[in-house]
Order: sequence, then C-alpha cells, then structure tokens
Amino acid sequence: MSDSIKLNYQITDEDFTRAGEASGDVKKRLRQMGCSPEVIRKVAIAMYEGEINMVIHADGGEIDVEITPEEITMVLKDKGPGIPDIEKAMQAGYSTAPDNVRALGFGAGMGLPNMKKYSDEMHIDTVVGVGTTVTMKVYQQ
Amino acid sequence: MTVKDVQETLGARYASGEQWADREVHMACGSDMMSDVLAFVKDRAVLLTGLCNPQVIRTAEMMDVVAIVFVRSKKPDEQMIELANEREIPLLCTGHRMFSACGLLYEKGLRGGADYERLN
Repeated sequence: MSDSIKLNYQITDEDFTRAGEASGDVKKRLRQMGCSPEVIRKVAIAMYEGEINMVIHADGGEIDVEITPEEITMVLKDKGPGIPDIEKAMQAGYSTAPDNVRALGFGAGMGLPNMKKYSDEMHIDTVVGVGTTVTMKVYQQ
Repeated sequence: MTVKDVQETLGARYASGEQWADREVHMACGSDMMSDVLAFVKDRAVLLTGLCNPQVIRTAEMMDVVAIVFVRSKKPDEQMIELANEREIPLLCTGHRMFSACGLLYEKGLRGGADYERLN
C-alpha cells in the first residue's frame, strides 16, 4: 500500500440522486489500493450515511478523507442546524428527517447509529445554529 | 442459489444486467428503508425493495449487494439502470408484493441475514 492519500469532496444538496457519489469514489479507491473487503465496507457505509445526513439536514457540506496504511479518517463538516441532543440523535429509530426524505428511503433514525456501528472511532462536534463536524476512523489493522 | 434462480422463482424480468445472472446469492433482505438495509452486514445478498430511486442502487453498491429485485411492478428509470450497470448489479422487476416475493424465495431455501449470522 502506498503512503498517505488525502481526498476532499464538496457535497451539495442540489440533487439528492447524487448523494453517495463521494462514498462510492472512496470505496473504489480503497478497492484499487487493495484494502480488506471488511474495511472497505465499513468505510463505505459509515461515510455514505454521513453523506446522506449532510444532504438531508445541512444542505450539504465538505468531506475530507485521509487514507494511511494504519487507518482511514473521514471528517464530515457542515454548516447545518447542529444537533441539539446528541444522545437522542444516537438512539436507533430517532429521526428528525422530514417526510419527503422518508419517501426516499431514509429518515429511519439509523444514520448516526450506523455510522457509530461501522466506524472504530467516532467523534461529534456540534453547535446549534452553527454546524456539525463528525470525525470517523476505521482501522486498517 | 443464483440470480437466475431468483428471477425464475419470482417470475421476474430483467430491467438490466442479465449478463450477471450466474452470480451466487447467499441471502436476502427485503426493505423499503435504505438505512435499515445498511444497518446489517450481509454477504452476497439480493435486495428486495418497493423503493425505486437512485439511492437504492447506491445503497446496494455500499453493501456489495448481488442483485436488486423491485417488487410491486416498480420499474427503474434510465439513470438507475446506468448506475447499476456501472456497478455490475442486475436489476429485476416482479409483480409480486414484498411479502409474497420474500416468501417464495424463503420457500426455496434463501434466508435473511439474521439467520445467517446466528448459524455462523
């Protein structure tokens, strides 16, 4: 495996159909780099849920991904409404997503629980009215 | 079971990806909520859904889903077919409703992720 790779993705909310492009791209790169299928799937799912969250709740944002031989770090930064009650947001089944999002197959209240489940480390910095930064790590070894 | 077996069992037709009909399917997952699909890791699963939008293809991509079956006669559009072809995911359509489609596959021996995890 090569040395550290840094990737940056701008996530827009213009077209919900494009949500997931960034995660798909990272997945493809990890496969090309020869990462283990389990690591690839964990990164892909955790990042995809984060990407969807950004589109649903924050009108998009920015994702930075760093891939090293030891770990994959994803930093998802948005200028959305922030999360008033993280504990509640982490509960499986709790959702504040609007009905039009549910019609698209999301808003089941599994986004943050899934992100935690598939990452080895997850940290949320959030300020109501300012935005949210979620940092996730998946270990390669 | 292969994708072809799934297609025959459900009397489904291919919207695309018939060239991958020989691929092995180990389990199935039926849901219209993509986050629920993403909550459980599955191995070589076929996804049955009544949801018909590009996020179904993206979810399948993240989960390494082998094939997608659209129930209740839902039909994927060109954009979805293109996304699926790029990812080598066959798309099938059946007139069966979700419950019947899942039941028919279960009857043929296909199981859900939870059983698989317990057995292993």
